[in-house]
Amino acid sequence: MNVNQQAHMTSPYRQPQPALQGYAQPGYGGPPTQYAPYNGPNPGYQQGPTPAGYSPYSSLPCKTFPATLASDLSSNSSSPLDLGPVRPPPNSGPPPVSASQGYSQYTQGDVQNGPPTMSSQPHRPPVSQSYLPGSQPAYHQQYGAPHTSMQQMTNQMSGMQVSAPPPAVSGYGAFGQMSRPQPGYGGSYPGPQNYGAQPPPPAAPPQKRLDPDSIPSPQVSALPAVQKTRHRIDPDAIPSPIQVIEDDQANRSSEPFATGVRGQAPPLVTTNFQVKDQGNASPSYIRCTAYNFPCTSDMAKQSQVPLAAVIKPLATLPLDEAPPYIVDHGETGPIRCNRCKAYMCPFMQFIEGGRRFQCGFCSCVTEVPPHYFQHLDHTGKRVDCYDRPELSMGTCEFTATVDYCKNNKIPQPPAFIFLIDVSYNAVKSGLVDLICAEMKTLLDYLPRESSEADSCIRVGFVTYNKVLHFYNVKSSLAQPQMMVVSDVADMFVPLLDGFLVNVNESRAVINSLLDQIPEMFADTRETETVFAPVIQAGLEALKAADCAGKLFIFHSSLPIAEAPGKLKNREDKKLVGTDKEKTLFQPQTSFFGNLAKECVAQGCCVDLFLFPNQYVDVATLGVVPSQTGGSVYKYTYFQVPSDGDRFLNDLRRDVQKQVGFDAVMRVRTSTGIRATDFFGDFYMSNTTDVELAGLDCDKAVTVEFRHDDKLSEESGALMQCAVLYTSCSGQRRLRVHNLSVNCCTQLADLYRNCDTDTLINFFAKYAYRSILNSPTKTVRDTLINQSAQILSCYRKNCASPSSAGQLILPECMKLLPVYLNCVLKSDILQPGADISLDDRAYLRQLVTSMDVAESHVFFYPRLLPLQKLDVEGDSLPTAVRASEERLSKGGLYLLENGLHLFLWVGANVQQELLQSVFNTPSFGQIDPSMTNLPVLDNPYSRRLRAIIESFRAERPRYMKLMVVKQDDKLELIFKHFLVEDKSASGGASYVDFLCHMHKEIRQLLS
Amino acid sequence: VSMATYQEFIQQNEDRDGVRFSWNVWPSSRLEATRMVVPLSCLFTPMKERPDLPPVQYEPVLCSRPTCKAVLNPLCQVDYRAKLWACNFCFQRNQFPPAYAGISEGNQPAELMPQFSTIEYIVQRGPQTPLIFLYVVDICLEEEDLQALKESLQMSLSLLPPNALVGLITFGRMVQVHELSCEGISKSYVFRGTKDLSAKQIQEMLGLTKPAVPVQQGRPAQPQDRSISSRFLQPVHKIDMNLTDLLGELQRDPWPVPQGKRPLRSTGIALSIAVGLLEGTLPNTGARIMLFTGGPPTQGPGMVVGDELKTPIRSWHDIEKDNAKHLKKATKYYEALASRSAVNGHCIDIYACALDQTGLLEMKCCSNLTGGHIVMGDSFNTSLFKQTFQRVFTKDYNGEFRMAFGGELEVKTSRELKISGAIGPCVSLNAKGPCVSETELGLGGTSQWKICGINQFTTLGMYFEVVNQHNAPVPQGGRGAIQFITQYQHSSTQKRIRVTTVARNWADAQSQIQHIEAAFDQEAAAVLMARLGVFRAESEEGPDVLRWLDRQLIRLCQKFGQFHKDDPNSFRLSESFSLYPQFMFHLRRSPFLQVFNNSPDESSYYRHHFVRQDLTQSLIMIQPILYSYSFYGPPEPVLLDSSSILPDRILLMDTFFQLVIYHGETIAQWRKAGYQEMAEYENFKQLLQAPLDDAQEILQTRFPMPRYVDTEHGGSQARFLLSKVNPSQTHNNLYAWGQETGAPILTDDVSLQVFMDHLKKLAVSSAS
Repeated sequence: MNVNQQAHMTSPYRQPQPALQGYAQPGYGGPPTQYAPYNGPNPGYQQGPTPAGYSPYSSLPCKTFPATLASDLSSNSSSPLDLGPVRPPPNSGPPPVSASQGYSQYTQGDVQNGPPTMSSQPHRPPVSQSYLPGSQPAYHQQYGAPHTSMQQMTNQMSGMQVSAPPPAVSGYGAFGQMSRPQPGYGGSYPGPQNYGAQPPPPAAPPQKRLDPDSIPSPQVSALPAVQKTRHRIDPDAIPSPIQVIEDDQANRSSEPFATGVRGQAPPLVTTNFQVKDQGNASPSYIRCTAYNFPCTSDMAKQSQVPLAAVIKPLATLPLDEAPPYIVDHGETGPIRCNRCKAYMCPFMQFIEGGRRFQCGFCSCVTEVPPHYFQHLDHTGKRVDCYDRPELSMGTCEFTATVDYCKNNKIPQPPAFIFLIDVSYNAVKSGLVDLICAEMKTLLDYLPRESSEADSCIRVGFVTYNKVLHFYNVKSSLAQPQMMVVSDVADMFVPLLDGFLVNVNESRAVINSLLDQIPEMFADTRETETVFAPVIQAGLEALKAADCAGKLFIFHSSLPIAEAPGKLKNREDKKLVGTDKEKTLFQPQTSFFGNLAKECVAQGCCVDLFLFPNQYVDVATLGVVPSQTGGSVYKYTYFQVPSDGDRFLNDLRRDVQKQVGFDAVMRVRTSTGIRATDFFGDFYMSNTTDVELAGLDCDKAVTVEFRHDDKLSEESGALMQCAVLYTSCSGQRRLRVHNLSVNCCTQLADLYRNCDTDTLINFFAKYAYRSILNSPTKTVRDTLINQSAQILSCYRKNCASPSSAGQLILPECMKLLPVYLNCVLKSDILQPGADISLDDRAYLRQLVTSMDVAESHVFFYPRLLPLQKLDVEGDSLPTAVRASEERLSKGGLYLLENGLHLFLWVGANVQQELLQSVFNTPSFGQIDPSMTNLPVLDNPYSRRLRAIIESFRAERPRYMKLMVVKQDDKLELIFKHFLVEDKSASGGASYVDFLCHMHKEIRQLLS
Repeated sequence: VSMATYQEFIQQNEDRDGVRFSWNVWPSSRLEATRMVVPLSCLFTPMKERPDLPPVQYEPVLCSRPTCKAVLNPLCQVDYRAKLWACNFCFQRNQFPPAYAGISEGNQPAELMPQFSTIEYIVQRGPQTPLIFLYVVDICLEEEDLQALKESLQMSLSLLPPNALVGLITFGRMVQVHELSCEGISKSYVFRGTKDLSAKQIQEMLGLTKPAVPVQQGRPAQPQDRSISSRFLQPVHKIDMNLTDLLGELQRDPWPVPQGKRPLRSTGIALSIAVGLLEGTLPNTGARIMLFTGGPPTQGPGMVVGDELKTPIRSWHDIEKDNAKHLKKATKYYEALASRSAVNGHCIDIYACALDQTGLLEMKCCSNLTGGHIVMGDSFNTSLFKQTFQRVFTKDYNGEFRMAFGGELEVKTSRELKISGAIGPCVSLNAKGPCVSETELGLGGTSQWKICGINQFTTLGMYFEVVNQHNAPVPQGGRGAIQFITQYQHSSTQKRIRVTTVARNWADAQSQIQHIEAAFDQEAAAVLMARLGVFRAESEEGPDVLRWLDRQLIRLCQKFGQFHKDDPNSFRLSESFSLYPQFMFHLRRSPFLQVFNNSPDESSYYRHHFVRQDLTQSLIMIQPILYSYSFYGPPEPVLLDSSSILPDRILLMDTFFQLVIYHGETIAQWRKAGYQEMAEYENFKQLLQAPLDDAQEILQTRFPMPRYVDTEHGGSQARFLLSKVNPSQTHNNLYAWGQETGAPILTDDVSLQVFMDHLKKLAVSSAS
């Protein structure tokens, strides 16, 4: 469906132009073309006057400072983590006056401004005793001899109060003088060429677990005493994600976020806030990397800040927000601009007394159709402006006319087809039993329009191993009929009616079928499976029924049976780290790409549930799901007791969630910028239309914009995302999201209004796509380079003059290094030895469709200390940073990243606590195989379980609980998610990476 | 030797051995034999019903010469003292086996007694597999037809041997192989009707090949997993309820048939799957694939006509104009299938019931090469089909099914003879050997043939060549011998071997021509020549065949007629040849050689039956029998001549395919007036009833059941009679017009009289 031009309504259903396959964006030919050379500082930079029309917030400095040091410490005393004996910091006097604080020096120790988590940690005997004596003197030495740069730091620290912004200060932190070569870090980071690909620094002592009170610093014992002092970076002294998140939550969750003001950055994704749609789409639908777009492409190039939006068109809104209004413009369909075909929205300017309107996107003037005419008031607004959602709301939905339908025919309601692997592995693991049992109730929860009692969705069933079994479940039959199709080379649907049925009409036959399937295959010895024919079967069935729909495929093994799309085992770990690594992420065969194209043409979305016991080649099997807007779920070594819950919950959600079919998304922008690149689970046959066979409420598409002309500060930059889709009842609808952002001529304005979480979402998707074509190391370097350029551009043009050795970060990007590090050391870009190729391919595809909230927690997991739970209220304890040193031996911690959920149990947890959580007083008796906590009738248990449930409810995928006991072998897995630490695969710790970034930035600056 | 004795001799031989020779005294040299015109040949009925012949329960004794292996028979010389016997074919002296130690002139085994020139052995070899019946059912039928067919099929389950394996394949746009073993859910394997699959593919797709499981330790590889095939083929007694339900639930093909189209019928693939299924699971066992179809194959390999109704199915006219688009391809396809099926020993029946053609022309080879039946009818909802189908399952005097499977017929000849070929429902086994002639008549080049399906009527024409050179004649008083060894699977699943050994005297054709002449069996000769003609007609143009037949007849008349040169009136034939020209006259007019007014399917159907029936039936087909019923005497056979059609007669004509009762004009008027209802005209009622009773008798036994026509003077169906009788009175020779001497036939065909006149003229002509 061409959203843009009615005249070419059917074009997307033609065969895609071969020349337009893939993402033929010239800009992505290679990194060099994308990243323009650094142009040096903007000589004309000044902090300009606040532009008129800015929101109150925009007059604030570009960053909000978390707190003063004093407030930091004062909050310590109220830390809920105050469990067990507290070991005071080495200098346990009153906190020094802020003026004398050296904040960002290497020589700085944790003594001065150690966060509560540190100071309140129970003392643990240091694992490596030899380490401490060497480090102890350093405290004193460093404390006694503050550097001059401390003064600079102090200023900045004092500026970190929201209420008192010194306008000129724009830097965040400075990490001491870096003017001299730092031998210690030089060793750690010999240079970008081997950064990250290197194993951990060779000289690092084999520390198993750092004492919370010791200072993480590599090679410290190997250094001369004087230099040692320079290498101590206090983790608490560097920007803390937790602090930023907490601050934003504290400051911005109380007031609803009204979208009426252009260019206003929304609160962070981690913040709970309400949205009032006042003419721009809710951040639930669209989030941008920047809300002040540079006016010129030169400026954009100079800053290197990607201009991108993460759009989640069918996002589920919080319960207290109303879903989009549905607008019916009658037979003629939605009112659109004559030229660019943009839909009626708040950006359309009515002129000539309301007889015409001027398009905000292309400025073309269009007649208002008579039936839509309305007079204007004295401000030039239509008097019915607030009666019409399309004129007053950022998001609304139009009912589409027959012109917007495939073949100009009102679509049939969609169908769901369940295709179940019944080969030996699937049967033996209990999967088939489980699916069939669940299906009986699941079918009652098919998606439906809110106005309807029953779902219109028809269902069909197929089982398969190396042949396919179709089932006739026509309501008139006494028993279901099974039709086996063995000709997998040339798939067809063997029956005409009775395959896709209404659940209520055929209930008895379906139930009989679901009872019989497990019996029929109970004794199967067939181990081989096919895969492509399974998709073809579903596709053909939908074709035959002339409808769109979704296939739910439950699949267990590498499809090695003789059939189209037959795969071979190509898992070769030797390729990891080489230039050929990219091939592992590419599909084995082009077959699935072509199949995906056919699926998209029919509106056939494929959701794949994988239950592998060995390599299944997710990279290849996932091609069709990812190009049809489907999802891949993976349950390695599936066993009903341990994974049944997770699978069933995922399945229920997947079946029940709101979904649109046969969707086409078009992003229109105002003159000056253009959507040039798209990331997500979809197919594109041309450069503008994003085709989604299925689009569900969890899928996000990241769109990158480029300048093709100048933007003006006055009109800002507008974008309109229109999604034409078929609803679950078969109605054709158009959902339109509109967003306007400001434009700026000053770099400082750009840097003041960025959203790092969205930036990371973009970077991750960009990088994860790049590894298909480039070596992972190149991709990592590209990310580091671009980030360094972003930050150095800021440093050069926006920060007040200061020593080159200082690391100064824009306030809204101060978490960029830590988050970027998480992306860089993720399993995809820097795999550990134990991660399978399938897992990497799986995660890669998963991230591709993530929205900002998901990608945020995925890269920076949430780690909640549970020692002190507010068992009465519903507030959550403040999270702690994802680092091992934040864990107390006496504590319980909950960690989640959207996919995994861990409950870490310290070895010294009090018996009472164990009793109330696990119903056992002994650490040793905790069963690490449990996937849910025992249901105990005590306030603590109830609250903890409620928290777990709320976490699960928050995420699109169900998280299985893993109980990790300290020092247990499972702990290794858990530690993988402590992303601020050095990772087993060689990923840098946050501190180390920050230093590295600093070095990169300095290189760019010099 | 008088004629009467020869007729007795012939009858006796036929009754005992199922053999009718064209010549019962054989010309002793090759040259003389060729001059006899009618080749030395015989009709052989391997399974001739012999209630008086109990099979013996031991194995035959074979000649030890590896190239001979003839079976010990009454013609062998036996040295009782030395316990030796001499093979009468190769003269090898053989030791009797130890079991024959007690043999003496007074204690002979049956096979040495003259009355056991035909003997049957029961041999127990290999595992016995039950009979297999695989139904292949067209579901593109009209509702009424499908219903009737379903009922017939359900009924047939009760006729099958209880331990027989039965399977079901249905086809329409797609082909479904039904699994019969499952409870609850009914399973079937579905195939596209358009895609040709190799046997291996079909077997794989049906899961008939053993899964490539690595050899499991400690478990010996099982020879053949019976459970695999049992999914599709189940003992009747186990699943008759299931199958009855399954058949009952069969629906017409659900795919819509647009206006102006034929239903898509995947007959080719359905048959291919049926053949592949049996081939993979139960090769070399007795099996019938029974195809029930109600229309032509319209898609996929083996398609006979496209689905566009505006394109009619090929006619003889199209074929002659080489305008039958699918003919060659389809024929080739079915021939390949038939050959495969024949190799596996499975026979294919075709039950084609439709008003239009169904593609029998293309598919006939499936039955012709495998010994299967072809039944043609207008609808499955007719008694013709229903009765005929039931009759497939008739039993003999022992209560055994009259069907045998996997027959292999081997012919051995004494040295003066070689075998040239066979014509019948068989395929060549390509067994070369010393007694195989280089001259081929029919299917030659072999001494062994396979007949996958045989019944008590199945009759082969066997053609021989005398190889003795003229200058080395057979010694006087010598006898030539032929042995027929038929191995087959009896319907009781026993393996049996029937051995028939016959001998005839040699005679010098120059000195003893009258002996040879007198021993001519003109009935057998007519049928044997007709088979040759039909065989030629399959590959040659119709007129060429007729010309060949005429030339043979003229040559025969020249050889055996007595006449003065160039004086037609002087021409005489001896009694043993007297009927032969008349047979040829009717043969020329028969549907076996004339395609006019017949569709290609009909021609194929007639020819199919002609080349497999025994002599009596074949003769009826060549020259139908006409009986007359009148008040003037008891029913009597009358000439098949228009002069026999008289107003006060009822005629009963049996053409094998049709049974026509024709009421003469007066009889018809009386009947119309209802005289038969009146008590005083009881005799008229009886007259009317007599032919009905006789017809009933034929209808009861004949397979396939003939079309029954009850007509009268002036009735439209009277054409069946009028087209068969000799048109002695036509509109062209009005000499009898107006007299009560018969009915004129409106035809340009020559009458027998004219035919004979020409024949005489040509025979006596010195020019030819």
